[in-house]
Amino acid sequence: MHTIIKPSKGFNFYGFKYLWDYRDLFYFLTMRDIKVRYKQTILGGLWAIIQPFFTMVVFSLFFGKLAKVPSDGIPYPIFSFAALVPWTFFAQGLTNSSNSLVGSANLITKVYFPRIIIPLSSVVSGILDFIIAFTVLIGMMIFYGIYPTINIIWLPFLLLLAFITALGVGMWFSALNVEYRDVRYVVPFLIQIWLFATPIAYPSSLLSEPWRTLYGINPMVGVVEGFRWALLGTETAPGPIIIVSSLISFFILITGALYFNRMERTFADVV
Amino acid sequence: MSNTVIKLKNLGKRYFIGSLKPRYKTLRDTITESLSIFNNIKKKTNNSKNESIWALKNISFEINKGDVLGIIGRNGAGKSTLLKILSRITEPTVGYAEIEGRVSSLLEIGIGFHPELTGRENIFLNGAILGMKKNEIKSKFDEIVDFAEIERFIDTPVKYYSSGMYVRLAFAVAAHLETDILLVDEILSVGDEAFQKKCLGKMQEVAGGGRTVLFVSHNMRTVGTLCNSCIRLEKGEIVDIGNTRDVINNYLKSFEISSEEDFISENKRINEYIQNDKVLRITRVSLKNSKGEKTKNLFFKEPFFLTIIFQIMQSTEGARIGIDLYTMDGVRISTSHHTDSGLEPLRLSEGFYSIQVKVKNNLNPGDYVLGVGAHDIKTKLGLEHIPRAILFSVNEFSNETHEMHDAWNAGYVQMETQWSEIKNISDS
Repeated sequence: MHTIIKPSKGFNFYGFKYLWDYRDLFYFLTMRDIKVRYKQTILGGLWAIIQPFFTMVVFSLFFGKLAKVPSDGIPYPIFSFAALVPWTFFAQGLTNSSNSLVGSANLITKVYFPRIIIPLSSVVSGILDFIIAFTVLIGMMIFYGIYPTINIIWLPFLLLLAFITALGVGMWFSALNVEYRDVRYVVPFLIQIWLFATPIAYPSSLLSEPWRTLYGINPMVGVVEGFRWALLGTETAPGPIIIVSSLISFFILITGALYFNRMERTFADVV
Repeated sequence: MSNTVIKLKNLGKRYFIGSLKPRYKTLRDTITESLSIFNNIKKKTNNSKNESIWALKNISFEINKGDVLGIIGRNGAGKSTLLKILSRITEPTVGYAEIEGRVSSLLEIGIGFHPELTGRENIFLNGAILGMKKNEIKSKFDEIVDFAEIERFIDTPVKYYSSGMYVRLAFAVAAHLETDILLVDEILSVGDEAFQKKCLGKMQEVAGGGRTVLFVSHNMRTVGTLCNSCIRLEKGEIVDIGNTRDVINNYLKSFEISSEEDFISENKRINEYIQNDKVLRITRVSLKNSKGEKTKNLFFKEPFFLTIIFQIMQSTEGARIGIDLYTMDGVRISTSHHTDSGLEPLRLSEGFYSIQVKVKNNLNPGDYVLGVGAHDIKTKLGLEHIPRAILFSVNEFSNETHEMHDAWNAGYVQMETQWSEIKNISDS
């Protein structure tokens, strides 16, 4: 192995090049995040369900029952829960990855590895929570007698879309957070706004075309409507929305990766 | 390619003080900075040369395969920065380095240890952080556990470990790294004495095993035992390079020059051992012989006086002043505190004070170092630590009796002994 160390100019793809070499580290960091998450809590893994579940209860009560928000002909609780499951995965991934670099300052200043592993593993470790919440979703579907459509095969792709969006934004924020600690306060606020800017408590069918498709500029619109379409069989196939969402999501991922790459070299000096 | 495994050419690293001091800026600062004209003017003047420092400058050297290179120098000389650049944690500002082979850096032991995880889980996590593959860790696992002496607790979360066990485990993982090049920063000063010996032994094994090691330490004895060559850094530049013994000797001499004055300068202070620096500062230490003359040379068996002048910056409720006696290579011979003479811990309000200590000199001829320090016996926090306050020597002659020291009485100190008359026991 031959290494040359010199000041880098422009972008360098060191980190990405060595990513494969450090796959074991990625594995152990992800396992650590999973194992540690609910240590010393009484309810443990139940927390993965509690959060989306109670949000659903609140939404059903206020939006479904009181405000009578339409739900595409599906019982409101499952209508909102099918959206909350991927949303929670996204929101948690975004929160965790945004704080990940600052939280790992002791690693960053003491040892080399591709820094991207840190936000990456904090998004990936949310998958277990997603699976737990997803089983509850399936239980609810059985309870309501709703059976998934054949479109369920698109589910992994939709999950990937949520993953890419969380990672893309997470890379932006984690790198920004190293330099500007304001980010820590911005993220919870942003997630709150984003939650209501995404058709979770209401359907996107409230909008007419072409606005509905344009709504896909928020990548989570594609994810959420896709989940409902694949699992609950909501009527209109959200194809155009998902395409717009995917494009935006990839755009965020690429720019996030470039910004991260640009800032990576100074992390150890600034964090 | 020859035997050279590491080659550095004009390596330099510049830090802007602005980015060093306020540890991070907030968005507001950036916005106001870019908006305000006043700040723009200030920024221009701020960005002048004075605002950046070269932590490393013009570093060029080569290391051959199997070399064990010591890097010495005072605090802030750039030793750690050099290791950080070579381990790719941070980038150089100028110059370049070429490295042939796999590099591991041990700047700290137990990086990434999580208190909630078990010993077993932490071994794998820490190993992976240090760059080991999963299979590599698996094959070394038993050896690591054995070395750390924690078999029984391997499945216990490390938060229940004693600090000794924790440190042993952390070192054990690090000690079993098998890379071509090892960058080590002051990690041997851990654990109890027995374990330190074991660590040193392991390091010698590593150093002797044909691997290339760069070793940063303050402990001259360790550097002396482990390294076959040495460089000394001062203010970011290489000031001495060559044979370990020569470099160390020159380094120690550099202290003697600065010890001509008694004032304690900032670079003698070792901040790592000071947990609270707002209470007490030792400003001056002077050594006087039995006649009350200031000196650095004492006669054999000549008692001496040490005057310590210190400032109390915050009224204290239980501080204790102490002195340490070291050999030149950093072995601590003895420690004494002012409370040893039956005095109460310091309860003083702000101001300057002085205290004197008389030391009965039972040192054998040679060069010695006196350190001074203070700690709070209530909070157990270190308040002051100057391990190399004064260098002095003891010569072979006693001034009163003019007897010469018997060279057969070796070691650092004369034991206080009382030998009996010889008895003939042949018949009984």
